[in-house]
Amino acid sequence: MGIVQAAPPAGQTPPPPVFGAAAGVIVPNTRSLTMKLGVLFSGGKDSLFVCWKAMQQEEVACLITIVSRNPESYMFHTPNIHLAALQAEAAGLPLVEVETAGEKEEELLDLKRALIAAREQYGIEGVVTGAILSVYQATRVQRICHELGLWCFNPLWLADQEPYMEELIDAGFRVIIVGVFSSPFDDSWLGREIDRRTLDELRTIAEKYHVTLTGEGGEFETFVIDAPFFTHRIAIEETSKVYRNHNGVLQIGRARLAEK
Amino acid sequence: MILVIDLCYRDGSLSRAEFVAPVERILREAGVPFTTRHHTAIGAPEREGADAVILCGTALRDTGYMERPELFRWLTAFERPVLGISSGMRALAAAFGGGSEPCCEIGMTEIRMLAPDPLFGGREVFSAYTVHEHAVQVPDGFVALAASERCVQAIRHRSLPLYGLLFHPEVRNEWIIERFIDNPHRGLTGRTG
Repeated sequence: MGIVQAAPPAGQTPPPPVFGAAAGVIVPNTRSLTMKLGVLFSGGKDSLFVCWKAMQQEEVACLITIVSRNPESYMFHTPNIHLAALQAEAAGLPLVEVETAGEKEEELLDLKRALIAAREQYGIEGVVTGAILSVYQATRVQRICHELGLWCFNPLWLADQEPYMEELIDAGFRVIIVGVFSSPFDDSWLGREIDRRTLDELRTIAEKYHVTLTGEGGEFETFVIDAPFFTHRIAIEETSKVYRNHNGVLQIGRARLAEK
Repeated sequence: MILVIDLCYRDGSLSRAEFVAPVERILREAGVPFTTRHHTAIGAPEREGADAVILCGTALRDTGYMERPELFRWLTAFERPVLGISSGMRALAAAFGGGSEPCCEIGMTEIRMLAPDPLFGGREVFSAYTVHEHAVQVPDGFVALAASERCVQAIRHRSLPLYGLLFHPEVRNEWIIERFIDNPHRGLTGRTG
């Protein structure tokens, strides 16, 4: 697929302005074409939620995954990232996957490489991220997008945690916890689905232990097994838990697509 | 009533949640009534009903609002408090004849005050989140209030309560927006001085 250049409003032929005499309102001439976007994708709830949001406004052309070999990666480490391709298939979207050694600044070059590949293969004009609070992450993605002339969207930026989690559940996302990295989460949390009952418990924990309701502070990691735009759901067939000292991961050994 | 103005490329755009919703949240939490309109949909009723205006920012590549300067000319006769944030500062400055020049800053930046102003409550240095490709040339009738190492970061009209901030106060500096809406002289929250 060829490169599709971004079409900023400057490049469009605007309709003639119409002046509403009564109210003094000027009829909009703003951008009407949809943009092709790539979504930075970890397999967790935030990236798939913003993908869903982006689909409502623009065209999501591909998902973009950075697979880090460094478990300490600030930007990209995620349990079960090896299942990103299965999730992309469930979403009916192509996946651009780039591996990184996960060295602190090197991985940003790998991200840049992934965005260039996404632009070349799918003509993306912009990037969507699931950043909520992390200025560190948002800044780095913004800088790379700026270098490449890509738009950058952060639809969850500074989002209220409570309405976000409510909307996630109401919209039909099915999300399980696959990593816990802080007290008081014990191994019973691994594999739990974030439904209304779990959300109530998370709410209590968030208040008592001053952790974020969304896990944005790195307290827990999630994996999406179904989303409103998935054509299939993910059926998990084999898992194993590794847990010690309030740190644990649910490794998904085998999973497949299943009818919804 | 505060009129919050969305400068993004389309009404209800994908950028709205990033640049408008955080400002709305601060107003909501402060209990201040507000209404939000896209910059292409501001008519006489919106202008006349507004006690103050907040012009929100846009994505880095989103500069469509600059192609319609006539949409912001009413600000020169508004005379009530205005807070222009990032792109909003650029639109405010442009309405008063101020140009802009390339200056890219992305990330946390140190802001130093150049002149005291009640909006900043005596703070002299603070760190702020910036996402911009252009800086504003201070228009006639305005003074520079603060700057980073690279460019002017805050301006105020010499006689009217019109402010422009190049950084994003809604990120880690919510106190500035709270001071803007709380100032009893502005009467926005129904309090008296």
